[in-house]
Amino acid sequence: MTGTAIFFLVLAIVLVWGGFTVSVLALSRRPDRHDFPPGGVDDHREDVGPVERDT
Amino acid sequence: MSATAGEHGVAQPREMWTGQVGFILSAIGSAVGLGNIWRFPGVAYENGGGAFLIPYLVALVTAGIPILFLDYALGHRFRGAAPTAFRRLGGGRLKWLESLGWFQVMICFVIALYYTVVIAWAASYFVFSFDLRWGDDTAGFLVGDYLQVGDPGFSFTFVPAVLIPLVIIWVAAIVVLAFGVARGVQRINVIFLPLLVVAFAALVVRSLFLDGAADGLNALFTPDFSALADPNVWIAAYSQIFFSLSIAFGIMITYASYRRRRSNLTTPGLVVAFANSSFEILAGIGVFATLGFFAFEQGVDIAELEGLTGVGLSFITFPAIVSQMPGGPIFGVLFFGSLAMAGFTSLLSVLQVVSAGFQEKFGLTPRQAATRVGIVSMVLSVLLFSTTTGLIALDTVDNWANNIGIVLSAVLAGIFAFWVLRKGPELRYHLNAVSTFRVGGVWTVLAGVLAPIILGYMLIQRIASLIVEGYAGYPDWYLAVMGWGTVAFFVVAALVLTGIRWRRSPDAFRPWPPLPDRMLQADATAPKEGGRS
Repeated sequence: MTGTAIFFLVLAIVLVWGGFTVSVLALSRRPDRHDFPPGGVDDHREDVGPVERDT
Repeated sequence: MSATAGEHGVAQPREMWTGQVGFILSAIGSAVGLGNIWRFPGVAYENGGGAFLIPYLVALVTAGIPILFLDYALGHRFRGAAPTAFRRLGGGRLKWLESLGWFQVMICFVIALYYTVVIAWAASYFVFSFDLRWGDDTAGFLVGDYLQVGDPGFSFTFVPAVLIPLVIIWVAAIVVLAFGVARGVQRINVIFLPLLVVAFAALVVRSLFLDGAADGLNALFTPDFSALADPNVWIAAYSQIFFSLSIAFGIMITYASYRRRRSNLTTPGLVVAFANSSFEILAGIGVFATLGFFAFEQGVDIAELEGLTGVGLSFITFPAIVSQMPGGPIFGVLFFGSLAMAGFTSLLSVLQVVSAGFQEKFGLTPRQAATRVGIVSMVLSVLLFSTTTGLIALDTVDNWANNIGIVLSAVLAGIFAFWVLRKGPELRYHLNAVSTFRVGGVWTVLAGVLAPIILGYMLIQRIASLIVEGYAGYPDWYLAVMGWGTVAFFVVAALVLTGIRWRRSPDAFRPWPPLPDRMLQADATAPKEGGRS
């Protein structure tokens, strides 16, 4: 491979895979906020949730 | 909370991903599809090689990620598939904006009809790889022996070799959808995505040790900086990012709606966007290293090769390469297995948009929606695309659904959300209230101004080109029926579905988190361009 092609191959890997790595690290370091606004609590359900009756 | 009627007519809470990882894997599974493997490498090569990296990354940052965040904000704040989300976005005065959601659902419906067919081809070629059944004339095998392609028109001469795997793929997709979001879609993505990465990584490693691989990589990564002065190269970059990320046709709206309310949106979005691009770079390396080997074997330059993208690359060029390669059958199995897995996880996301739209409008359970929508789709898919005219129909419908349908949908979504309803601040507030990566005012400019302008330009350019030049040499009457007719179908079906009464009205809904007082006061003093719900 030519030096120029190697440079751009490495640049692509560093920028794109680097962006992926940085975003994964940022997410693992801080997966969620700790200061959500009040409310916003969901009824639990992972596909087969308990039947909820409107009250 | 958006609710679907249960089997006993009572409300059930909304389906959900089991957590952040399940959502991210499913979203990546949706984004990483056929286009990552068969489109990106050729597009990059033809548009400046290494220099294409510049417009590609600019497009990713200025359009891809901002529109992805817009989709996430719409689906997550308004807790519904595209019709529900747009209806709630429109609020009191613009409830009919639901029709834009149905327009997106119909795009997904049509895409699913032919996307399944390509997966069926990949599955067939996966089997053919074991004995290299395509022989020496791979083009003749694809067009003649396998697809038995006839002239443009409508044929009811079915091709069993396509029909049988097609039905199998449909049945598999329907079963997965019937299990619901977490136990069906997510579970398949959690299994298939790591498998896909391992299989494709093995393929790439093998390709790097082939004779001529370095020449292939030279061809792909050597920059042609003069290409950067060509506006079409920039349009190609924005197109690649736009079509690759599964944005602006309901998928990411629907997927985000299954996240818990207290969920991080933007950082997972960055993970999804960069993962999608990472796979494209990986695909570029694997595909061009392999093409380098093919050129080396032929004793020609890469530039002299034909069929570097799409169906030609996957089903003509690659089989020819596999035939010449030591250990070719294993390479073929890896390639077509990867293609089938990438396609299947993307197909599930497309079908989930349709299923979710019908579940919410007609009060169906996931199982009811999957079977009803799935069986109708399967029949149409078989009738239109498993016949001797299937390839031509697929090519035509795909061109109009993507280049007109999806782009128009994106432009309209941007115009209505940011310009007509002026919801930019509210959506930005939502993203920042739940996410760890804050978006600034620049997001509003990118998603609300820059993206609609660029996509609008792309749309006008493509419409003019199709009207003046036609497409692929097909007869005008055929393009009118299968091309423009497809867009007309999107519009008519969207209007009809909007007009049908909801089983349970989605209108009694309060978005969470509520807007802070300062935003409500600012809104109250603003000109009433579009009502706020």
